[in-house]
Amino acid sequence: MKGIIRVDYKPVIGLEAHIELKTKSKMFCNCSADYFGKAPNSHTCPVCLGLPGALPVSNQKAIEWCLMIGLALNCKVRNFSKFDRKNYFYPDLPKGYQISQYDIPFSEAGEIKLKNNKTIRITRVHMEEDTGKLLHLNEDSTLIDFNRSGVPLVEIVTEPDFESSEDVNEFLKKLQLMVRYLGVSNADMEKGEMRLEPNISLKFSTSNQLPSYKVEIKNINSFRFAEKAINYELKRQAELLKSGETPAQETRGWDEKKQKTVSQRQKEEAHDYRYFPEPDIPPFTFDEKYIRELSAQIPELPDAKIQRFQKQYSLPYYDAEILTREKELANSYEEVAKIGNTKGINPKQIANYIINKKVDPINFEPAKIIDEILKGKTEEINESELDNILDKVIMDNTKAVEDFKAGKEQALMFLIGQVIKMAGRKLDSNLIREEIKEKIK
Amino acid sequence: MKLNELSIKQAVEGLKSKKFSSVDLLKACLGQIKAKDKSLNAFITVTEKEALGQAKRSDNLISQKADLPLLGIPISLKDLYLTKGIKTTAASNVLKDYIPQYDATVVSKLKNAGAVLIGKVNCDAWAHGSSGENSDFGPTKNPWNEEYVPGGSSSGSAVSVAANMCIAATGTDTGGSIRHPASFCNVVGLKPTYGRVSRYGIVAMASSLDSIGHFTKTVEDSAIFLNVTAGKDQMDSTTPDTKVDNYLEDLNRGVKDLRIGIPKEYFMEGLDPRIKERIEKAIKLYEKNGAKIVDISLPHSKYAIACYYIIQPSEVSSNLARYDGIRYGNTRPHFGDEAKRRIMLGTFTLSAGYYDAYYKKAMKVRTLIMQDFDKAFAKVDVILTPVSPTLPWKIEEKVNDPLGMYLSDIFTVTANLAGIPGLAIPAGFINGLPIGFQILGPRFSEKTLFRVGNFFERNYKSGL
Ligand SMILES: [Zn+2]
Repeated sequence: MKGIIRVDYKPVIGLEAHIELKTKSKMFCNCSADYFGKAPNSHTCPVCLGLPGALPVSNQKAIEWCLMIGLALNCKVRNFSKFDRKNYFYPDLPKGYQISQYDIPFSEAGEIKLKNNKTIRITRVHMEEDTGKLLHLNEDSTLIDFNRSGVPLVEIVTEPDFESSEDVNEFLKKLQLMVRYLGVSNADMEKGEMRLEPNISLKFSTSNQLPSYKVEIKNINSFRFAEKAINYELKRQAELLKSGETPAQETRGWDEKKQKTVSQRQKEEAHDYRYFPEPDIPPFTFDEKYIRELSAQIPELPDAKIQRFQKQYSLPYYDAEILTREKELANSYEEVAKIGNTKGINPKQIANYIINKKVDPINFEPAKIIDEILKGKTEEINESELDNILDKVIMDNTKAVEDFKAGKEQALMFLIGQVIKMAGRKLDSNLIREEIKEKIK
Repeated sequence: MKLNELSIKQAVEGLKSKKFSSVDLLKACLGQIKAKDKSLNAFITVTEKEALGQAKRSDNLISQKADLPLLGIPISLKDLYLTKGIKTTAASNVLKDYIPQYDATVVSKLKNAGAVLIGKVNCDAWAHGSSGENSDFGPTKNPWNEEYVPGGSSSGSAVSVAANMCIAATGTDTGGSIRHPASFCNVVGLKPTYGRVSRYGIVAMASSLDSIGHFTKTVEDSAIFLNVTAGKDQMDSTTPDTKVDNYLEDLNRGVKDLRIGIPKEYFMEGLDPRIKERIEKAIKLYEKNGAKIVDISLPHSKYAIACYYIIQPSEVSSNLARYDGIRYGNTRPHFGDEAKRRIMLGTFTLSAGYYDAYYKKAMKVRTLIMQDFDKAFAKVDVILTPVSPTLPWKIEEKVNDPLGMYLSDIFTVTANLAGIPGLAIPAGFINGLPIGFQILGPRFSEKTLFRVGNFFERNYKSGL
C-alpha cells in the first residue's frame, strides 16, 4: 500500500465476517446443512422453505459452536440472549425475515492480537441463518435454490481497528485457522463458507475521530480479492478526498474482471430492518457453569500452540507457525517428536523433515518418519579433520572451484561429493556446503 | 335426536355400541351441510371423499374394538390448519389455490385419534376480525339468526358446530377468536394456555399470542378434545414440557370452596346491561353451590386493546411477509383491506425511531397485564368475566368501523397477552341471540376451567 495513499490519510477498516458452521443439520430444521454441490432444492423442508405454519427449532450444537467462537475470540458470553427477526424482502429469503440477533448477541467485546502487536477489538459474535441462492438464467428468469436456506451462520463484527489490507489478511487467516481448530467450520472462502464485508474509510492521520462516511465492500470470495479490493478502495477514496470530495456512504462490490469496486447501493436505499424479538423461539439463559464448561472444551488455539512449540521444542517462530497451520499437522509433529525423543533425534530435525518433505498430516506413520530421519542421519566429524579434507579437496579440484565461482551450482555439488568420499562416511551435506562456501569466498 | 346433533361423548358411545356407524354419522353431518351451508357459508372446502374414506376406516377399526378418543367423529378444521393435499386458504385470496405439502401437528394428532376430517371452515381472512365478515369467501352467518354475525375470527368453526354440521371444530384464538364466536353461537370454546397446543402447521397470525383451541357442544367434549391435542411438540419450541393433565379428571368435582374472582374492570360501562345481569345470575349460581366470590381488580386491563393493537399487527406484518408474490401464486395486492391495515400498522410500529415508543412500550404494558393476573391468581382460583361487551350485531353493522370491531375484543385480549387459558361457556339467549361468559385461570389450569364450566353447564336452566 505504501506509495498508494498520501501520508496525510489513514485507513480506517472494520470487518464483518460470516462463517458457515458445518453442523449436520441446518439452524432451525432437520435438513442436512451439507448443501455444497447438491441437486437444487433437495435439502429443503417446510421450515427452511418458510412455508405457512412452519416454525423454527434451534440447533443446540450450532449455538454451542457460536458461543465457542465467541470465547475463542476472547468475547464475553451473555447470560441472557435471544433471537430477533430482521425483516426485509428478497427472493432468496422465503419468510420475508431472517432470524438473526439484534441487541443481545450471544457474545461481545472480545479482542485478538496481530503479529505487530496491534489489537483488533471484536464488537460481537452472533448467530443467524443463511439465505437461499439465486441463479439468474437470463433477463427474464431467475431460479431459487433453497438448499442453503437456514444453514447456520455466525457473524463476527470487529471495531474499525485495521489500518491496512495486510492487517485484514492476517486477521482473516487467523480467524479461518481458529474455526478450523475449533472444528466448527472449514471456512473455505471459495465455497462461501467464509465471507467478508470490509467497511473502509479514510481519516486525516492527525484526527482522532472516525470519518463521516463508510464504504462497505461485498462480493469478496478469496483472501486475494480482499486484499485487492481494500487496496483499490483506499486508493479510490484517497483520490476523491484529494480532489475535495467526500466519498459517498454506500455499498460497493468487488468486480474481479474489472479489478475494481462498483457501486451497488447508496445510503438513501438503506434498509430499516424493523428488528423485533423472534416470538417463535424462547430466549436463552447461559449460566456461568455452562460457559465455564464450554470454555474448557476449547482446544489449544494456534497462537498458544505456536508459543508452546517455540518453547517446548526450541523451534524458531517460522517452523512453529508452519507446523501449526493445520491442527492435524501439529498433532502429527508432536507424535513424531515424542518417538524421536527416545531415539536421540531432536525436535528441530523432525521439524525440518516434516516441513521439507511436506508430510501428509492425515496419512502418515510416525515410525516410518523416524526411520527415514535415522537413515538420512549424518555422522559427526571433528573440525580439524574436516578442515584438512576441505583444504585437500579444494587444492585437488581447482577447475571445479573456478567453475563454482563463475556461478555453476553443479560444481559445488561435485566438491561436496569429493569431501564425503574422502571422509569415507555419511556427512551432513548442508554443513559441508556452508564450509566450502566459507573457504573459497 | 339426529346423529349430527350428538356430542363427542354420545357419538363415541353410540359408535362403540354399534347403534350407528361412523359412515352414518358422517352422512348425517354431510346432509346438514347440504341443507344449511348454502346460507350459513361455514365451509370453504367440504372434503366429502376423504372423510368417507376415513369414516369407513373408522368403522373397520371400531369392529376391531380399537379404542381411540375421537374414533369416527366428524370434525371441521379452521382453514388456517394446514392439511396435506387439501387446499388451505386462510380465507384469503392470496392462498386461494394453496395446497400444503404437510399436515399441522394438531391435524396429525386428530387423525391419529381417529377423527374424520369433514372439511375446512371459513373465518376472517388470516384470522383478522371479530365478525366472520372479513373473509374473501364471503361472510358466515349466525345460525340462530342469519341476519346476525356469528363472531370471529373462527366464524365457520363455531357455526359448523352450532348448526350441527360436525361434532366439533378446531379454531385459533389470538385475541378472542375462539371465545368470541363460541359465545355468539352458543357453543363451548376453549383457548388453551399459550404453548399448551402446538402451533406447527397453522398459518400464523401473531406468533406470541396465537393459541390453538377448539369448539364443542359440551364442556366434557372440550376436555376430551384437549386430551388429544395438548402436549409438547418437537416442531414448536414454544410448547413446554409441562405435564399434560387428564382433563376429564376433575370434571364433576363441583365448585365448593372454589374461589372465583370477579374483576370490576370487566363489569363497567360499555357492557350491555342485559349481559351483565345474566352473568350476575351465573355468579349467584356458583355462590349458592359453595364457591367463594371474590372482588378483584385487573387495573391494567384498560390498556389491553391499545397494547394488543401494537404487538399483534407488528407480528402480523412480519408473518405475512412470506406471501411476497413469488410463491403461492398470488401477489400482495390480493390481501384484503384489514390485512393491509395491519401490515401498515405493524410496519410503522416496528420502524426505526418508533420501536421504543410503540412495540417496546407495549411489551412493558404486556408485562404489567401479566402481573395483574399473577397477583389475582394468588387470591383466586379462576376469574369470571363476560366474553363480549355486546350481543351479536347485524351483518354489515360494523364493517366501516374497524375501531368498534377491535373493541369487541376488549374482554378477551388480556388472556392472550398474559398467555393464560380461557373457556367460553354458553349462558343462554337474549332476544334469541346467544350470550356467554368466560372462565380464566392461571397457566396450565385447563382442568380447573373444565370443572367450573362443566358445573355451570350441568346446573343452569335455560331460563336462568
Ligand atoms: Zn429444512
